[in-house]
Amino acid sequence: MSYLAKYLAASFVIASIAAAPVLAAGTHPVTGEALADDQTFTYRILDEHSSVDPQIVEDVTGSEVVRDIFEGLMNQDADGNLIPGVATGFTTNDAKDVYTFTLRDNAVWSDGTPVTAGDFVYAWQRLANPETASPYSWFAEIMSIEGVGAVLAGEADPSTLGVTAIDDLTLEVRLTASLPYFALMTTHGSTFPSPSWVIEEHGGDWTKPENIVSNGAYILTEHIPNERSVRERNTSYWNNAATIIDKTVALVINDENTALTRYLAGELDRTEVPSGQYPRLKAEYPDNAFSFPRLCSYYYTFNLSDSGPEAFKDVRVRQALSYAIDRNIITENVLQGGQFAAYTFTPGATAGFEIPDVPYANMSQADRDAKAVELLAEAGYGSDNPLSFNMLYNTSEGHKKIAIAMSQMWKQKLGVTVELANMEWKTFLEVRGAQDFDLARGAWCGDYNEASTFLDLVTTTSGYNDGKFSNADVDALMASAKTMSDASANYTQVEQIMADEMPVVPVYHYAGVYMLSDGLANWPVNNVEQNWYSRDLYKVAE
Amino acid sequence: MLNYVIKRIAIAIPTILILIIVSFLLMHSAPGGPFTSERPLPPQVLANIEAKYGLDQPLWRQMVNYVWSVVTQFDFGPSFKYKDRTVNEIIGQGFPITLKYGFWSFVFAIGVGIPLGAIAAIRKNTWIDYLAVGVSIGAQVLPNFVMAPLLVIIFTLWLGWLPGGGWNGGSIEYLIMPVIALSTSYMASIARITRSSMLEVLNSNFIRTAKAKGLPSRTILLRHALKPSLLPVISYLGPAFVGLITGSVVIDIYFSTGGMGYFFVNSAMNRDYSVMMGITILVGFLTIMFSLVVDLLYAWIDPKIRY
Repeated sequence: MSYLAKYLAASFVIASIAAAPVLAAGTHPVTGEALADDQTFTYRILDEHSSVDPQIVEDVTGSEVVRDIFEGLMNQDADGNLIPGVATGFTTNDAKDVYTFTLRDNAVWSDGTPVTAGDFVYAWQRLANPETASPYSWFAEIMSIEGVGAVLAGEADPSTLGVTAIDDLTLEVRLTASLPYFALMTTHGSTFPSPSWVIEEHGGDWTKPENIVSNGAYILTEHIPNERSVRERNTSYWNNAATIIDKTVALVINDENTALTRYLAGELDRTEVPSGQYPRLKAEYPDNAFSFPRLCSYYYTFNLSDSGPEAFKDVRVRQALSYAIDRNIITENVLQGGQFAAYTFTPGATAGFEIPDVPYANMSQADRDAKAVELLAEAGYGSDNPLSFNMLYNTSEGHKKIAIAMSQMWKQKLGVTVELANMEWKTFLEVRGAQDFDLARGAWCGDYNEASTFLDLVTTTSGYNDGKFSNADVDALMASAKTMSDASANYTQVEQIMADEMPVVPVYHYAGVYMLSDGLANWPVNNVEQNWYSRDLYKVAE
Repeated sequence: MLNYVIKRIAIAIPTILILIIVSFLLMHSAPGGPFTSERPLPPQVLANIEAKYGLDQPLWRQMVNYVWSVVTQFDFGPSFKYKDRTVNEIIGQGFPITLKYGFWSFVFAIGVGIPLGAIAAIRKNTWIDYLAVGVSIGAQVLPNFVMAPLLVIIFTLWLGWLPGGGWNGGSIEYLIMPVIALSTSYMASIARITRSSMLEVLNSNFIRTAKAKGLPSRTILLRHALKPSLLPVISYLGPAFVGLITGSVVIDIYFSTGGMGYFFVNSAMNRDYSVMMGITILVGFLTIMFSLVVDLLYAWIDPKIRY
């Protein structure tokens, strides 16, 4: 087993390189604050990242690394607004189906090679190429790049994709649909450039710290699977002068309570607050405990397919069950982390989305309860004909608490008998995807900051519509929203239809609940997607 | 003796093959697959990925291919979940970590457990015995998932002596808490087994004869009583050693060591077929090897056993 020795040796070498000295940082160039000498940012991740290859990465933890070590055409600022990245800007035609990006001439890879439009062409072709087998190749499809379908199916060569390097600093993208928000999509990791010469030389090993060449503000310098990954300042990054954090360390800590302990012991700058502990921590550490809205929705979906229970086909039953849930009890007594009671599917924090005036949101809980009893009686369910069904969720203490609370509310208010069933994640997905349930838990986080990332879920053809809700008006509204420059009226209408039809029971909208260490500054609490970049952060002297 | 060893190794080969086949089938019969996700992949994308990993082929062919590459090239394939890495790399990085804290736990469990049990037996029904038994029962009933956070609260939060987790190449301050948390229940079992078997030996005829001959009690204990009373301990140590060095998911989770135990459990959850198979085979292989070692040790200790 000589490879054991080899990997051990390699990790020692990497560890010693990583121990380079850090210079004192002085004052912040913009705010003038005194900066801490040690600009190392250490944060907790729940799980090991699956990859740091921009075209392969699919999980949140991997995307965070990719955003730091690579840079795409456009970036987001601390509020989630679009700002230039490798591209200094872009132009588009009136139809918004051809985009031309101008690249900056001083962007270079960490080996000194200039970043060119060709690197993006290579990366995007690689994303769609069936040989890459990227789990995110569907992203190329929703970007509507010309010819993507045939390339994905292996029927056309990747070179036929509608993306061209006009010259080294000009990239043209041709789309099959009019996408006003296309530039926003280029902040997504799977559209970041990749170095063809490194991938050709090292194959699948190109993302290893000893091989990787990247174009972001940081380079990956150390990776011990399931323990830590370290990225350090890339001195050849075009905007290196504005970067303050020298080193970012991600520690894998599976248990959130352990992570909190290690945060309290001073080992971490950021960790998540375990469910139910926010009020205590906020009282004890008012300057460190933060809660802010996230772009995620927690809900239960009714099975409306043929295999679903007959009772759920009656809209009055669905409404009654949704009305009877006291969401404030769930957010204030169960979760206690600043989450938001949800009466719509789309979170209110979504850009350009005003929470529409859905009637049941404005009623008092007592009125909702009374209405629920009435509706259920009208539908023919009561003590002589009791309603009972299964409620399915994936195994987790947190989901269990919510399911118990919900089922108790139904039992007490409506006399409904609910049988709780939990399943391990993959089994749960399989069962839910096969419509083998009555009522199932669901959660969705937006892929981009726009309401369609949520509402597309309830269209008839959506692959994620596990409840099989189908409504012609919703489908038409969502289809026409695709090409409108401002589709908010359509989204409002869809939410109103959903409040009437109640295909899902919205429960709450997420909050990011973090502990942030004393010195850490500029955490983007206003970026609801939590697309953060280490180069925007800094640590002030305490 | 040599014949016996060869025979045992010959039996081990079909045993491992059966282990591979059964685990392979069990794993593939679990609902979902490595690419089942909350966001189901479009059929074309899924087909491309499955083709890349050979999952589009019939199950029997996948199994034959797998066994073939394991046997001929010692290649356990790529991880389905951690796409930058192969199974050989994952085991190559995780196993040395597990081996290190497992080995020291083993040393600690024996080093404390055997003397503790022996002293309790020699000083039977005195306060020393009660204390030793009390300590070992206390250690036994305190599971490591209680012990681990308790240690962190005491040594990290209150005293600030030790880091709350991580590995850092396995330097001593990172090693102490995982070793204590992992070894206490093994130590307790070893102490109890040693005590009861020592008591039995001390009451046997040959010890009475030795006493009657007027041998000093030190000689009786060390030369005559200790060796036979370790027999049941050794049969416990074989599987315990394998258990310790193949990792503990609890230790890996609480102390974020990066060891193999977490990969093992997680690969089953993720349906990361290749990682799961690789670790199963490694654990199976080690179990078979160490049960052979235990049997050979038996022969060395007990002159009545001959192969």
